[in-house]
Amino acid sequence: MKETKIFEKPKSMIDVTTHYCPGCTHGVAHRLVAEVIDELQIQERTVAVAPVGCSVFLYNYINVDSYEAAHGRAPAVASACKRLLPDSVVFSYQGDGDLASIGMAEIVHAANRGEKITVIFINNAIYGMTGGQMAPTTLVGQKATTCPLGRDPKLAGYPIRMCEMLATLQAPAYITRVSVAKPKYTIKAKEALTKAFQTQIEGKGFSFVEILSTCPTNWGMRPVDATNWLEEHMMPEFPLGVFKTPE
Amino acid sequence: MAKGRVGVNEERCKSCGLCVAACPMKVLRISDKINKKGYRPVEQFKEGCIACRMCAITCPDVVLEVFRLEDDKACNA
Repeated sequence: MKETKIFEKPKSMIDVTTHYCPGCTHGVAHRLVAEVIDELQIQERTVAVAPVGCSVFLYNYINVDSYEAAHGRAPAVASACKRLLPDSVVFSYQGDGDLASIGMAEIVHAANRGEKITVIFINNAIYGMTGGQMAPTTLVGQKATTCPLGRDPKLAGYPIRMCEMLATLQAPAYITRVSVAKPKYTIKAKEALTKAFQTQIEGKGFSFVEILSTCPTNWGMRPVDATNWLEEHMMPEFPLGVFKTPE
Repeated sequence: MAKGRVGVNEERCKSCGLCVAACPMKVLRISDKINKKGYRPVEQFKEGCIACRMCAITCPDVVLEVFRLEDDKACNA
């Protein structure tokens, strides 16, 4: 019997146990990014910008040059890096508390300037690291520690759809929303990430990939239930699709 | 249908069970062993793996490696 290995850890991923909770899909997103970096052979010239939030330790897991930006400022740091080192491939990896809340100004203006960077936006509809508070992306009626009876739109407004919002701007080249909840979505997510990095490498402009993700711990669910909840509740509110594509 | 085998890096597994749910052939389960972190790692408990990689694609901790098995005879035929 001959054995052929058809799946292994990507080479640009560091061989350590992550600090993420069991079933957290940050790990899947990290792996996809590492796989794309391997396949495009850009490890040597890639620069990652880590956010504040659960994925703050991104630089411990993906073996590329990395910055750690102040809360929400990753797109600004990434813009500067890309302008100074135009041959590098720069991406920021941010959660919803980081990107859609405190970092709203930075992401909108980086997108509007058409910076040739890639932004990976992990949307799990809650603040993870700080213990499950309501995020700008929390669904109406969804419970969090700061809205124990569920998000009330009269008090806290409605979930922000970042892709739709950024797609109204003229400058961004590629904007898409994918998910990593189940294998069928994960396969498509990798295609989207590949396209996002290629958009940057070809100099076409700003690329933005929103990844719907689970947070079993703060949602108070088993990991498998969380993936089902994402499909049933998050996907109708945040429809998957391509919102802008390079010409 | 292709035959396969799943390799488990037991010390990395956090027992989340996403791979168990993703496996179309239901050949994975949470084992009775306990790793150094205190989690029960996943195991392939029966034959029937078709090397589809669904488990590895869904695993957040890159615990799984997938091998495709090929009969030497089939290769020669």
